[in-house]
Amino acid sequence: MQALDIARHTLLDSPGLADSDLERVMDQLLSSDIDVADIYFQSSRLESWVLDDGIIKEGNHNIEQGAGLRAISGEKTGFAYTDDLNLPQLLQAAGSARAIARSGQSGRLPQLSPPAARPLYPAVNPLESLNEDEKLALMRRVDAEARAADPRVQQVIVSLVAAHDVVLVAANDGTLAGDVRPLIRLNVQVIVEQDGRREQGSSGGGARTTLDFLLQEDRALGFAREAVRQALVNLEAIDAPAGTMPVVLGPGWPGVLLHEAVGHGLEGDFNRKGTSAFAGRVGEQVASTLCTVVDDGTLPDRRGSLTIDDEGVPSQHTVLIENGILRGYLQDKMNARLMGVASTGNGRRESYAHLPMPRMTNTYMLPGDSDPNEIIASVEKGLYAVNFGGGQVDITSGKFVFSASEAYLIENGRVTTPVKGATLIGSGPEVMTRVSMVGNDLELDSGVGTCGKEGQSVPVGVGQPTLKIDELTVGGTAA
Amino acid sequence: MNSPRELTPDAPLDARTQLPQLEQAVADLLAEAKRQGASAAEAGVSSDSGLSLTVRLGEVETIEHTNDRGLGVTVYFGHRKGAASTSDLSPQAIRETVTAACRIARYTSEDPCHGLADPALLARDYPDLDLYHPWSLAPEEAAEIARRCEDAARQTDPRISNSEGATLNSQSGSFIYGNSHGFVGGYPFSRHSLSCSVIAQEGDSMQRDYWYDSSRLHQTLAAPETIGRIAAERAVARLNGRRLGTRQTPVVFRADIAPGLLRSLTGAIRGHALYRKASFLLDQLGEQLFPDWVQIHERPHLPRGLASAPFDNEGVATRDRDIIRDGVLQGYVLDSYSACRLGMQTTGNAGGVRNLAIDSGEHDLAGLLQEMGSGLLVTEMMGHGLNMVTGDYSRGASGFWVENGEIAYPVEEITVAGNLRDMFRGLVAVGSDNDIPGSVRTGSWLIDGMTVAGE
Repeated sequence: MQALDIARHTLLDSPGLADSDLERVMDQLLSSDIDVADIYFQSSRLESWVLDDGIIKEGNHNIEQGAGLRAISGEKTGFAYTDDLNLPQLLQAAGSARAIARSGQSGRLPQLSPPAARPLYPAVNPLESLNEDEKLALMRRVDAEARAADPRVQQVIVSLVAAHDVVLVAANDGTLAGDVRPLIRLNVQVIVEQDGRREQGSSGGGARTTLDFLLQEDRALGFAREAVRQALVNLEAIDAPAGTMPVVLGPGWPGVLLHEAVGHGLEGDFNRKGTSAFAGRVGEQVASTLCTVVDDGTLPDRRGSLTIDDEGVPSQHTVLIENGILRGYLQDKMNARLMGVASTGNGRRESYAHLPMPRMTNTYMLPGDSDPNEIIASVEKGLYAVNFGGGQVDITSGKFVFSASEAYLIENGRVTTPVKGATLIGSGPEVMTRVSMVGNDLELDSGVGTCGKEGQSVPVGVGQPTLKIDELTVGGTAA
Repeated sequence: MNSPRELTPDAPLDARTQLPQLEQAVADLLAEAKRQGASAAEAGVSSDSGLSLTVRLGEVETIEHTNDRGLGVTVYFGHRKGAASTSDLSPQAIRETVTAACRIARYTSEDPCHGLADPALLARDYPDLDLYHPWSLAPEEAAEIARRCEDAARQTDPRISNSEGATLNSQSGSFIYGNSHGFVGGYPFSRHSLSCSVIAQEGDSMQRDYWYDSSRLHQTLAAPETIGRIAAERAVARLNGRRLGTRQTPVVFRADIAPGLLRSLTGAIRGHALYRKASFLLDQLGEQLFPDWVQIHERPHLPRGLASAPFDNEGVATRDRDIIRDGVLQGYVLDSYSACRLGMQTTGNAGGVRNLAIDSGEHDLAGLLQEMGSGLLVTEMMGHGLNMVTGDYSRGASGFWVENGEIAYPVEEITVAGNLRDMFRGLVAVGSDNDIPGSVRTGSWLIDGMTVAGE
């Protein structure tokens, strides 16, 4: 079955809503003052398992269903939601949302039709893609692999999450779009101990597909070995340096740099309101000419990808920065309309109980020409950071941080001693102008990113090739 | 059970009238769990609704009518455990949710520490903590309050050039917890908050800052004009920040960010971190973690307290207690499971620590800066650079450089680093400036010997 058929069946037929009911609710939501009105139906199931101390310690199953109703008049938004998918509750929520606008005669609803969007992932329920015994056996194998990797491994925590999300969007611009979104993830966290010193390491990955993904290419066991490797590196780590120095970032997940330094600052809402350090700078040089940064929601199966966004718009490949020049912003329908441009398919929301806003999908930098070894060799004294925890940005001042969890000194062009985790801080618009070398080794992350904005979490991806920043502040403790 | 809910923000449903309905849902969940063969079960059900309204540049920007329900059940088959949750309170959803939890429990492992809390510790009699003060708030009235708040911010200083708006949020609801020991408890609650975030600009420097207040009782919220003015003053004060050279220096963490340090302490003495040996404070019970004048405690029964609760998430009676007395660690933060793993008794902290506080010293912030002499006053922290296993701490910061006890100039784009063990031991003084919003009560902290990295 097509995603739209599954969505209609799950969210309209099953709760007993006819097409005429949908039209009635939409009529109730619309008045002549309303520019944008939409209804977002959602049904989701999420299952998680935790292995700890070598046993399957916990499991949780979550069932959510509801609809969010939004009416926009100019820059004003009215919003209400209900977890009862029945006509009286939907009509009541529509009335509450519509109260944002001055009353008037009802608006007109065009014929609803689906957008042309190529499915980027299978319309499957990943919770059923392995049976329970297979899921738990996988987790036990991951645990065993981590413990077998090194006798210094003291603790292993493995978590496995599968989510099945079915959404249907109806909007007054004629959109009727459905999507079935699988999402899976496996995480491994280990603690190692040697001579009384304890350190941790973690790894994991996921995708918009079935759980078989974790069994392919030795992925799950690879995550176990990777977590142990990181923890053992940290056992040898000395204090990180403090001060400003050249920093080489490894490929893949260190692309969290781009997410924080430029991605958030290019979201349409902040730029429409003029609150971003990048506001009004389209066409200007905001990065070195080596930098081309895109947001791409169209990569098959990726964690940050979406066949359609949460406003029913097919996701896109959007060039944000091209050879250092700022090309455009990430837009949802509301901000695109107010800025006189088209949506870029970046309207996302955590759930039916949250309002959509411009959000990233998979944000990455295109590869350059440099050999990664040549990049490291060009640094006399600096930091090589290859793994990170989270980051954060103040989009108004442009200041951002991201915290390294695996890093090394570079001395005389060679990677030498591992150093303890440290926070790196910079100014987004400045740091990107200091990118002096870009590697030919673009990698995307393994599918672990979650982005938070205004209290809403959504899955995202990042990526980059190895790159060198001539000057970045490293927050260690060693003088 | 699938009763209609009247969503009328102008006159919120009296949450107390929902209690019997929620109690019935808990009873249904426990009965269904028993019917499906569970040897024990516990369930929590909540329902709340409200209004969140934002005014930006004088105009209403968003009106959100919130309406949330949640139901969670945990079943035990002997010492195997399964859990499930949903937002749907219908009888069919209750059956499906219990079925899902029971299915999970077929696959989890035996763990002798899994089970309900000790019946002797449950809160059979508990105080009314005065947590419910609903606000009959029309959207027009909410808009007026938010507008006054934002207007005050924008009029405070000509350098306030833009705004992210002022938001008034008012929620009220009820919750019930019950378990198969026969315990059922619950209460209605309310929470109201007003926040404002504005942008100051001067030349190329653009800075955003915010302020807020939060309360169980809307009459005790700070005046909208006060919140707006403080937000504006904070944003303006940050303009034209400089960087600092890398150095060792004493640091004052201003009272509004000091709660993060206290939470790092309670995070490190959580039972779940301890039994996994994922904390830098293993085996520290009875040890001197702070200087001997430091007193840290939790007060879960504060009337109207934002984090007050008469019992924890397992029904265990909460109680006032000292966490640090004369600098020495008095107890961990335990629920039944982690207590069992450590061979101890639960401290009634399933769901967290409630109304955490550190005793204040005699100096206000100005006095604390005088005591510091020259050093860094940190007023904002960025990122999550704390390694709980080692205590290593490295976070982005901005604030003010202080010379001879006086603020000299704003600083930004720096990091502050150290190790939390050393930071706790190096605590020099806690300020008397503890009138901050939120559930944690602390003044500013003066800590000696941190590393600041900058240019």
